[in-house]
Amino acid sequence: MKRFTKLTTVLLAGALFAFPALAVDLRIGLQDDADVLDPAQSRTFVGRIVYTAMCDKLIDVSPDLKFAPQLATEWKWSADGKELVMKIRDGVKFHDGTALDAAAVVATIERNMTLPESRRKSELASVAKVEASGPLEVKFTLKAPDVTLLSQLSDRAGMIVSPTAAKALGANFGSKPVCAGPFKFVERVQQDRIVLEKFADYWDKSKIFIDKVTYLPIPDTTVRLANLRSGDLDFIERVAPTDVAAVKGDSALKYDATVNIGYMALYANIGNGARADNPFGKDKRIRQAFSLAIDREAMNQIVYEGTAVGGNQPFPPNSPWFNKSLPVPARDVAKAKALLKAAGTERVKVELQIPNNPVAQQMMQILQSMVTEAGFDVSLKSTEFATLLDEQTRGNYQLSRSDWSGRVDPDGNIHQFITCKGGINDTKYCNPEVDKLLNDARASTDDAVRKQKYDAAAVILNDELPVIYLGHQSWIWAYKKNVTGFVPNPDGMIRLQGVKKG
Amino acid sequence: MPVYIGKRLLVAIPTLLIISIFVFSLQKLLPGDPILAMAGEERDPAVIEFLRDKYRLNDPVIVQYFYWLGGVLTGDFGISLRTNQPVLELILEKLPVTIQLAVMAMFFAMMIGIPIGILAAVRKNTVVDYFANVLALSGLSIPNFWLGIMLILLISVQLGWLPASGYESIFVDPVRSLQTMVMPAFVLGNALAATLMRHTRSAMIGVLSSDYIRTARAKGLSPREVVLSHSFRNALLPVVTLSALLFGELLAGAVLTEQIFTIPGFGKLIVDAVFNRDYAVVQGVVLCTAVGFILMNLIADALYVLLNPRLRATI
Repeated sequence: MKRFTKLTTVLLAGALFAFPALAVDLRIGLQDDADVLDPAQSRTFVGRIVYTAMCDKLIDVSPDLKFAPQLATEWKWSADGKELVMKIRDGVKFHDGTALDAAAVVATIERNMTLPESRRKSELASVAKVEASGPLEVKFTLKAPDVTLLSQLSDRAGMIVSPTAAKALGANFGSKPVCAGPFKFVERVQQDRIVLEKFADYWDKSKIFIDKVTYLPIPDTTVRLANLRSGDLDFIERVAPTDVAAVKGDSALKYDATVNIGYMALYANIGNGARADNPFGKDKRIRQAFSLAIDREAMNQIVYEGTAVGGNQPFPPNSPWFNKSLPVPARDVAKAKALLKAAGTERVKVELQIPNNPVAQQMMQILQSMVTEAGFDVSLKSTEFATLLDEQTRGNYQLSRSDWSGRVDPDGNIHQFITCKGGINDTKYCNPEVDKLLNDARASTDDAVRKQKYDAAAVILNDELPVIYLGHQSWIWAYKKNVTGFVPNPDGMIRLQGVKKG
Repeated sequence: MPVYIGKRLLVAIPTLLIISIFVFSLQKLLPGDPILAMAGEERDPAVIEFLRDKYRLNDPVIVQYFYWLGGVLTGDFGISLRTNQPVLELILEKLPVTIQLAVMAMFFAMMIGIPIGILAAVRKNTVVDYFANVLALSGLSIPNFWLGIMLILLISVQLGWLPASGYESIFVDPVRSLQTMVMPAFVLGNALAATLMRHTRSAMIGVLSSDYIRTARAKGLSPREVVLSHSFRNALLPVVTLSALLFGELLAGAVLTEQIFTIPGFGKLIVDAVFNRDYAVVQGVVLCTAVGFILMNLIADALYVLLNPRLRATI
């Protein structure tokens, strides 16, 4: 009996060594390769997806776009809106074992504000000083009230990095990023893969059921879906709307979609150099006619297979910030013609600059034929993105199609595009009244007051139309049936808390 | 021979200089500002100014060129604007991937193109010949990207035999590496096989009708010996030249094939670099490609000499 027990023990031990618990590996297909993996320097959307697993932020964003605690457990604004005090979660560790405390938060924020390569400077421009007011308490002192700081701290500017690693690597931090998220960096092969593994000391580890995550950039949507169907991937983001039917028809796959917080729009050159000097840029009635000649719903049905929604404001119709008294206009060719007549013309020539991707081209060709009926002779000038951006900044355009990925706070979708001195105001539209409304909205911590200001601004912008909003796309994800627990979020991020692979 | 190769390498230096000046100037003529693309969606003016300064984009083009050239001579190819990685490191990381793809594609091209070419020549104007011609024509006219996607759908999605895309280093996991490379190499090699087949066929037909082949046949040599030992070696000369020249096509084809199969190689590197106006990467990759071309041509010439003893007297 003794011998038998011994034998059983040996066999059991052998079996345990020979068959360790299978590691759960999740392979995610991304549309692009991320840029440098340093939250201070990074600028790509896919980079943010990777950070969602690797770098926790002070504040997270819930699926209903509310701010939720992450590394900060609570926060409070001072009465004058010029001070923000945050309590930092206790017992959090960075991937290198360093403790995350108020000093580490201060070091990160200061790094974001001062590192020459930092892309976060404008996001933190309102911060005059950041200091540790306790071992686990941080105080932000602002130059002027700026409620949008919370949304900045819910994105890359609020991702706290290990001060030890940041000091050692400097601007080269992206080569071996060390944060405090649920997964730690393992390796990266440019244009091929980014591998992360579960961080054993994560503060919220009970919600993590995946051992290893591999992100693979696969730009072609057909190939990305083929990889999912062949089993090489478990999860893909940005499924092409044309593939939605195929995903829904595949019993091995699951599908999720949600309207995103960004927008698709046309920028009219109102005052950016000599090319603004034409009836389209100078007479708002012509722009109103143009907007009325567009059937937004039809365009979205044809191009996006019904996954997008029409829009006429920087926020989608389902957003609490959308001004409901200004519904998305239906197409009205008669009214558009009347407006053109009132402006003293019947036909208007417009050159529309568009990015050279097939979806944008198809959408703009449909738009071209729609507005022709109302009296617009649109010529499409197709160009690749880097050129489009350059021409738009320099004012070498009449009308330009450009999209925005969207920000959680409404300010991020409007202020910098519309205010006279806005950093990305390529239309050079300038209306002091709108500036005042948008600046006031930024300064108030009361959402009701902010909503009032944005509503008032929307009324003016819908009349003057420096930007003609077209609609809002959806984020579309597809994943294998055995992947469960994914919660779609309008910000497009893939949060792995609660995600299981059976 | 070494003197000959040395001379050829010396001649390559001015060629490379001219190419680098040409590419540098062409890039600067391209519309689009790399820094705008790099600064992020917010386009912070302070960041833009800092980056322009860091990458010397405020200097006159000629100054920028000499900075770059000075760097190259000391082994510094600059830093990628997009990822902050040294360009040389990127090139060394991607080059083996594309070389593996190119070698495997060439293997497919030769394995398919040469035997079918010989067969078509030997069986000239028979059903075999016609069939080979149809095969070659289809190989040439089927676009790479279409064939690639069709193969992915059939072999990976429907049959599940091979991974749909991706890459694994041959030194890490040789089996997986070959599995991921078979489809792309076949797609890339397919069009080349057609070209090779056509050339092998015409070279073989030319050789097979020459007097010494008639003599060989008259001597009573077996058809196999006549074809493989006597005709093929001579017909191989133009095929070798062609293979070296096809190397260029291979790189051009790799750009598309790497995109479809998501292979992190040279082609993908240069496409991404051009779209992002990542000047230093484009410049480095073009220079390396030019060196590759020159070397391939040199190898072809050297092989020529080895294959044809009569040429040895001329060098």
